[in-house]
Amino acid sequence: MALPKHASLLERIWHKTYLVICGLIFLFLISPILIVIPLSFNAEPYFTFTEKMLSFDPTGFSTRWYDLLLTFGMTEPDAPRDGSWWADAWANSNWIGAAKNSVIIGFFSTLLATVLGTLAALGLSRPEMPFRRAIMAILISPMIVPIIITATGLFFFYSKTGLANSYLGIIMAHATLGIPFVIITVTATLVGFDHSLTRAAANLGATPTKTFFTIIMPLILPGVISGALFAFVTSFDEVVVVLFVAAHDQQTIPRQMWNGIREQISPAILSVATILVIISIALLTTVEVLRRRGERLRGISPQ
Amino acid sequence: MADATADIIQSQPQKLTTKDGKPLKAALAASQSRAKRKAFFLVLPLLAFMVLTFVMPIVQMLHQSVYNPGFTIHEDVISKEQTPIMVNLRDWFDENPRGTEPDETAYAAIVQDLIVLRELRAQGQAGTRINYERSGSRSLFTKSARRAPRMEAPFKQALLEIDEEWGDPELWAAMRDASSAYTPNFYLAAIDLTRTDDGSVERVNENRALYVNLFQRTLFLSVLITFLTFVLAYPIAHLLATLPLRYSNLLMIFVLLPFWTSLLVRTTSWMVLLQSQGVLNDAMVGTGILADENRIQMMYNQTGTIVAMTHILLPFMVLPLYSVMRPINPSYVRAARSLGATSWTAFRRIYFPQTVPGIGAGALLVFILAVGYYITPALVGGADGQLISNLIAFHMQKSLNWSLAAALASILLAGILILYWLYDRLIGIDNLKLG
Repeated sequence: MALPKHASLLERIWHKTYLVICGLIFLFLISPILIVIPLSFNAEPYFTFTEKMLSFDPTGFSTRWYDLLLTFGMTEPDAPRDGSWWADAWANSNWIGAAKNSVIIGFFSTLLATVLGTLAALGLSRPEMPFRRAIMAILISPMIVPIIITATGLFFFYSKTGLANSYLGIIMAHATLGIPFVIITVTATLVGFDHSLTRAAANLGATPTKTFFTIIMPLILPGVISGALFAFVTSFDEVVVVLFVAAHDQQTIPRQMWNGIREQISPAILSVATILVIISIALLTTVEVLRRRGERLRGISPQ
Repeated sequence: MADATADIIQSQPQKLTTKDGKPLKAALAASQSRAKRKAFFLVLPLLAFMVLTFVMPIVQMLHQSVYNPGFTIHEDVISKEQTPIMVNLRDWFDENPRGTEPDETAYAAIVQDLIVLRELRAQGQAGTRINYERSGSRSLFTKSARRAPRMEAPFKQALLEIDEEWGDPELWAAMRDASSAYTPNFYLAAIDLTRTDDGSVERVNENRALYVNLFQRTLFLSVLITFLTFVLAYPIAHLLATLPLRYSNLLMIFVLLPFWTSLLVRTTSWMVLLQSQGVLNDAMVGTGILADENRIQMMYNQTGTIVAMTHILLPFMVLPLYSVMRPINPSYVRAARSLGATSWTAFRRIYFPQTVPGIGAGALLVFILAVGYYITPALVGGADGQLISNLIAFHMQKSLNWSLAAALASILLAGILILYWLYDRLIGIDNLKLG
């Protein structure tokens, strides 16, 4: 992107301006995500930087909002912090309860989405697959159809079939929402997959199952894991379906955040947000590492 | 050797067969259809699962949008036993055409039905169904049902004594419409139309018209947001595409991190930034750009929706643009320059046309996602930043007019599916990439 030596003055000025504009856009993209991190350590119940925070006075910062995440909902939050205090937090804290629900729902829906999605992607990437295009369009559609429509439909359907207010219902719904991501990432890994490898394996006497686990699986694993992570994030961040079909006591982290934002907005929300940002940084790193590994495995190196 | 093969072929004038004697053509066809079946059986479990968790619910929603049995069937909460209600009135409607002045037999039929409603405790349900068409009808039904058992002929007079409403032809038209469970009326309501007493369709009163406006606002805001994401995404996608890969991979984090961050977190961040006591306003007051008393209201209005949604949807524009720009050969632009084009002409005539497929893909994707957005407008939109999805949620959760919600959702769904079909046609759904 460097300018050639013969660039005119006007071009040089424009180039500099262009870089500044790009910098500002990157700032626009990233600053809203990073801004919540320092604010979550605010000692005051405000949503902005206090004077003390700006002058880096240690008394302006505190971890009280993180503490509140643990104590909110506990029976005896002021008891000495020994084993029974932590047991109390584990059993009664609202946010820990929500986290437990989110992880359970996320885990099972990811499992379901990944297994079904990977199988389907294997079928879809075979050249002889009939109605490929139409089926692909149906399988991707949960990503395109607005979540409010899916949630409305699920609400009617679940109240008829008795799946409303059940974990099974939420897990199935979240799996459906995660499936497009699994399909997209796994079919992307299967593009350029060398089918002579499976034929060679069969030729050497491997059963289809053995071929799958020793030849295909290691090659598509990066795509499968990325897809699974996408599916997990989708479930972990999903609030509308939960609002529509879950029972009142089935709290998840996004639902707690949703209620928190709508009703009693406090910096405790920002501490949750910070934790979620850190989780997403970890996930992004994992996916990037996997992507590069997958490219290396399949012999596509970056130019 | 070659001669020998030729001999063998010539000495076999009959059809080519496989080793076990099947004709080769049939054997090939069989093996091909076996391969097809194998591929299909891999997809089948997922397809069955999706029919259960996605297709059926949507079908159910479409059904709900034309079907509302509130005035025809009562279902017991516990025993699930279904009892037809308003039977006598329906008979009267069947015998008398639309526009007939309700006579004493009609009122007698209603009183009998009200007594049934009271026994079933279904007067609220029936009243609610009429309430969708005419507000205030719910209380009319509950209070009339309470007194129905003690009523004596003439029933017309008895009912009119309870409430003059019973003589209103509009109420009768509404009851006639509701007396069949299948009705297109919710679709009419969803586009601000209503039925008059004689059954013809007309626009609703100016100050009750709501939905067409909201559809228009949703379209307008979505177009605006799509345009803004394009304006912001184009420069950075170009920068990312022209930088050496080791730098652009690093800068890509700025695009991908928002993509991976929880939607609620991003919306919360914008609330923190845009509040009137928030970071941006504080910064402007602190630096003296703004006086403390003129803090700008940037949230709970359209501005909030536009800013937050532009930020949230920006990665969906950057990624398709990037994947189209990356393979563009820089020597085209260089050739144009060396042939005497100014840098602007070279961009306009050479570079830009090559990026149009990416613009199309990104714009269509962002637009599709924006039209159905719910969470962000609900949290930062205030009153005038709401989109159609928010009204669907309102009817689902607050007003409990589920059929109207379903009708609105079906219209939205139809629009989305047309755009989705267009996307698949123009870009191909397989080309959708995530990071």
